[in-house]
Amino acid sequence: MAKIISIEEAVSHVKDGMTIMVGGFLGCGNPHKIIDALVEKGAKDLTLICNDTSFVDYGVGKLIVNKQVKKLIASHVGTNRETGNQMNSGEMEVTLVPQGTLAEQIRAGGAGLGGILTPTGIGTVVEEGKQKIEIDGKEYLLELPLRADVALLAGHTVDKMGNIVYRGATRNFNMLMATAADVVIVEAKNIVEVGEIDQNHVHTPGLFVDYIVDGGDK
Amino acid sequence: MDKAQKQEFIAKRVAKELKDGDVVNLGIGLPTKVASFIPEGVNVLFQSENGFVGLGPAPEEGKEDMDIVNAGGQPVTILPGGAFFDSATSFGIIRGGHVDVTVLGALEVDEEGNLANWMIPGKLVPGMGGAMDLVVGAKKVIIAMEHTAKGNPKILKKCRLPLTAAKQVDMIVTEMGVMEVTDEGIVLREINPQFTVEEVQAATEAELIIPDDLKEMEV
Repeated sequence: MAKIISIEEAVSHVKDGMTIMVGGFLGCGNPHKIIDALVEKGAKDLTLICNDTSFVDYGVGKLIVNKQVKKLIASHVGTNRETGNQMNSGEMEVTLVPQGTLAEQIRAGGAGLGGILTPTGIGTVVEEGKQKIEIDGKEYLLELPLRADVALLAGHTVDKMGNIVYRGATRNFNMLMATAADVVIVEAKNIVEVGEIDQNHVHTPGLFVDYIVDGGDK
Repeated sequence: MDKAQKQEFIAKRVAKELKDGDVVNLGIGLPTKVASFIPEGVNVLFQSENGFVGLGPAPEEGKEDMDIVNAGGQPVTILPGGAFFDSATSFGIIRGGHVDVTVLGALEVDEEGNLANWMIPGKLVPGMGGAMDLVVGAKKVIIAMEHTAKGNPKILKKCRLPLTAAKQVDMIVTEMGVMEVTDEGIVLREINPQFTVEEVQAATEAELIIPDDLKEMEV
């Protein structure tokens, strides 16, 4: 059974210097209320793993603007000029990873795998410093698993067991990050009783989820 | 042709490459315009890298749903028969060869089929997003771009910018012509009759191979 907690308690799990994963793609599927509370609380020196840094005034981008991120692992940062500024000034260390590789690294982190082999990045700067492995005459890069201290997710309907149903294109990295952190917190648009979600429709099984935060508008 | 006319001409020609039943991923910018010119009777399934197939047109004003956005973050729609999925599945589709055609822009492309379109060191470092996976994984990679940038060739003997992927480009469509990347080099398959072969070559750093059956580019 996942525990329902307040937004304040949720952000108290994020401490200075921690590695956090945040679900979403350009803000779509970001846990917006938790992010706003995290900006207010001001935890700093975070390592952020997220597909992108959204926009300066939308979702996870606000954490960058508020200078709470010391190190960033993402696939795309071009929509948030502040990320570029802090990257160029050296304030923030940025590692850019192909999006499909980032997804698989997180999946590997949650699935007990020692890494994954991908052809993406061969012949580019992405291969620098990485082990190459040949399988049946084709070269692959060994990409290592990623995990976090805390994952912050956005779900649409979440039951009190923590089972999550996402809506639309918000599934993206949320489903993967749910498996790859020590503490998993989901911001739910709707919290429902156990049994209200058809077992056939569950996207993220509740066993992955530790805490639920009410993110509804009501 | 002005810039808008060039882009429309290129998009129309690229659209003719798509076949009924193709799964297609379009990049941001010029490639997105291809969706407006799909020939009648051809049904393609557009994939959106952030996690769905069945990408439809922009919603009516006031009907935007911020849970359904495209790879540029803009609200879009999903058509009946479409499906949502997570990012690992999305890139499994892309990397696993389940996308028939991807159409992307380029900063540089060269005669080996190398592509550079994700960064200019010291100037512009937005990140590769899904581009590296798309170029490696899609069955056919079409580059849709204006032939030159401020008069400078973009089709080179060897890319100078950091690569997005090595040896993956199959076809280049510009306002001047349609080119195929082969083991021997870049073959000019079709030429826009507004230009001569000499003019196309002059705008291209790579040496073009001119076949006997060079055709006129029609849109």
